[in-house]
Amino acid sequence: MKIHEYQAKELFRKYNVPVPDGNVAFSVDEAKTSAAKLGGFPVVVKAQIHAGGRGKGGGVKLASSMEEVDSLANEILGMTLVTHQTGPEGKLVKKLLIEAGQKIEKELYLSLLVDRATASIVIMASRDGGMDIEEVAAKTPERIIKVYVDPLMGIQGYQLRQVGFGLKIPPAAMKQFSGLLSNLYQFFIANDCSMVEINPLILTSDDKVLALDAKVDFDSNALYRHKDLMGLRDLDEEDPLEVEASKYNLNYINLDGNVGNIVNGAGLAMATMDIIKNAGATPANFMDVGGGASSEQVENAFRIILADDKVKTLLVNIFGGILRCDIFARGVVDAARKTGINIPVVVRMEGTNVDEGKKILNDAGLNLTSAVDLSDAAQKIAAAVN
Amino acid sequence: MSIFINKNTKVLVQGITGNEGSFHTRQCIAYGTNIVAGVTPGKGGQKMDDVPVFNTVRQAVEETGATASLIFVPPPFGADAIMEAADTGVDLIVTITEGIPILDMVKVKNFLVTKSCRLIGPNCPGIITPDECKIGIMPGNIHKKGSIGVISRSGTLTYEVVDQLTKLGMGQSTCIGIGGDPVNGTNFIDVLEAFQNDDETTGIVMVGEIGGSAEEEAAIYIKENLTKPVVGFIAGLTAPPGRRMGHAGAIISGSSGTGAAKIAAFKDNGIHVCENLGQIGRICKEVF
Repeated sequence: MKIHEYQAKELFRKYNVPVPDGNVAFSVDEAKTSAAKLGGFPVVVKAQIHAGGRGKGGGVKLASSMEEVDSLANEILGMTLVTHQTGPEGKLVKKLLIEAGQKIEKELYLSLLVDRATASIVIMASRDGGMDIEEVAAKTPERIIKVYVDPLMGIQGYQLRQVGFGLKIPPAAMKQFSGLLSNLYQFFIANDCSMVEINPLILTSDDKVLALDAKVDFDSNALYRHKDLMGLRDLDEEDPLEVEASKYNLNYINLDGNVGNIVNGAGLAMATMDIIKNAGATPANFMDVGGGASSEQVENAFRIILADDKVKTLLVNIFGGILRCDIFARGVVDAARKTGINIPVVVRMEGTNVDEGKKILNDAGLNLTSAVDLSDAAQKIAAAVN
Repeated sequence: MSIFINKNTKVLVQGITGNEGSFHTRQCIAYGTNIVAGVTPGKGGQKMDDVPVFNTVRQAVEETGATASLIFVPPPFGADAIMEAADTGVDLIVTITEGIPILDMVKVKNFLVTKSCRLIGPNCPGIITPDECKIGIMPGNIHKKGSIGVISRSGTLTYEVVDQLTKLGMGQSTCIGIGGDPVNGTNFIDVLEAFQNDDETTGIVMVGEIGGSAEEEAAIYIKENLTKPVVGFIAGLTAPPGRRMGHAGAIISGSSGTGAAKIAAFKDNGIHVCENLGQIGRICKEVF
């Protein structure tokens, strides 16, 4: 689960990870009140959306007077911000972070994430802050410091020094930096983060170290033990159909093609999207109803996909294991009765109780095209699209 | 021969009295698996059908001689259940549970370094040696005894592959789902090594998906160490970056973990690539 920069910084403060003074604002008036509280200029007006690349998209600007705060807040609040991460449709800005401007001496990069291969927490740091770290890693890997922390031991003093000296932190700021990194590690562990990124982490001209940006992603599987964090979820940042699907524990992702698909199991669902692509069409979504879906979940999966106007055809691919084909077929029939199916649907069903499932679909007299196997399904989808 | 399990494997089930635990225990028994015990804390002394239930894994192992554990406990208790099993010295732990927090698994993985057991999963369908032993949730009837080894990060996708193999007359030596989580126990390379050393296995199907770099590492291992032919498939070529595709581990982060990179690694290292799932049975028939 992603959160906003302002929320991440509020959490950082609780863990004594230094951040600039600042406040969130939901209106132009609040922006001005926030700016006044900071007691000086310049202040930074920052659009709060979950996507990165906000600065380049025109969502982060410097104001040197209250008039400028007024005009910039007016300009950015309500704008549709397009960045390389939002997609061409962009994201509507509904809130701002108003923050005290800083005297930046040097921009650094610092992040923590779970390393899959070594099953440890990896700290990544670089003196090339403020840049796309992927690019730095690809072109100049020697400019990235990586330190692996044993999760059973926790972060050690020598590891803090390894990162600090590696970043050439000036002696006057070293103690502060060690504290920041140590606290950031505690924050990461205590809140079940999957990623924390500060880009840039800044050194100021008076030798202070501050997190100028903050990106935090929590492990969704661990949210059950962090009830306090659940309140930070912002449904405005999520696709409405995806929010709806999440209520029924359906793994659904809205994409931009026009062939809808409903599949059981994540791997098979991905492979089904690929099959649609191979057939010369584009998938409209990813939909995994899960290994053990109920008829109700299947019915809701249909309803959600059919609610998407861009879906022109639908491919249903079920390999019954735990999810029996007869249960699935009942969900399809219920969905057809309640919402009506008015687009071509190709159904490929195999596995546990497949004959019973097929009988239920046949008896219901629905207008479905059945496919005998995946190749057949692909051909029928291609035919339906053309 | 087969790998990791056979008809002599004695299995205990952690979480045997839950919905999923009891359902799949019955399925495993019906398939012929030797289920000797169940464990549910607080329900020791009871029975699930004819299977005795114990309070702790240690008791179950001491009284029944179980050598493998199958875990169905809910995700908040997953890590604890794996460590409990590992601490008794069982050889194999198969964890079906989906949704164990990643930091829990990171700790478990480091805990297991000092133990002698093998962990399969979590978030996996399990392992099956056809006609001998099924420790997992896969539909047993689609499998057929034979000489193809199957290894995958997915559940239903594996069933699809196995079904095509069986329908074209190619039986399987052992099929293993290593799970869709970012941090898991047994990895591709562990299984590839075991299949290479197994006399009965003559060919291998490896099913990967986007996220991480396990397929790339396995591809290099295959080129350097395997003499048996490998057919590879990758799911998720059309997946958008930055989105988790159902499995916790199936995510393209920046430029890493893409399907294209994995396919390229397969091709560079002599793996027969299948780019269309509908054709995987036919391609296997040609290669094997």
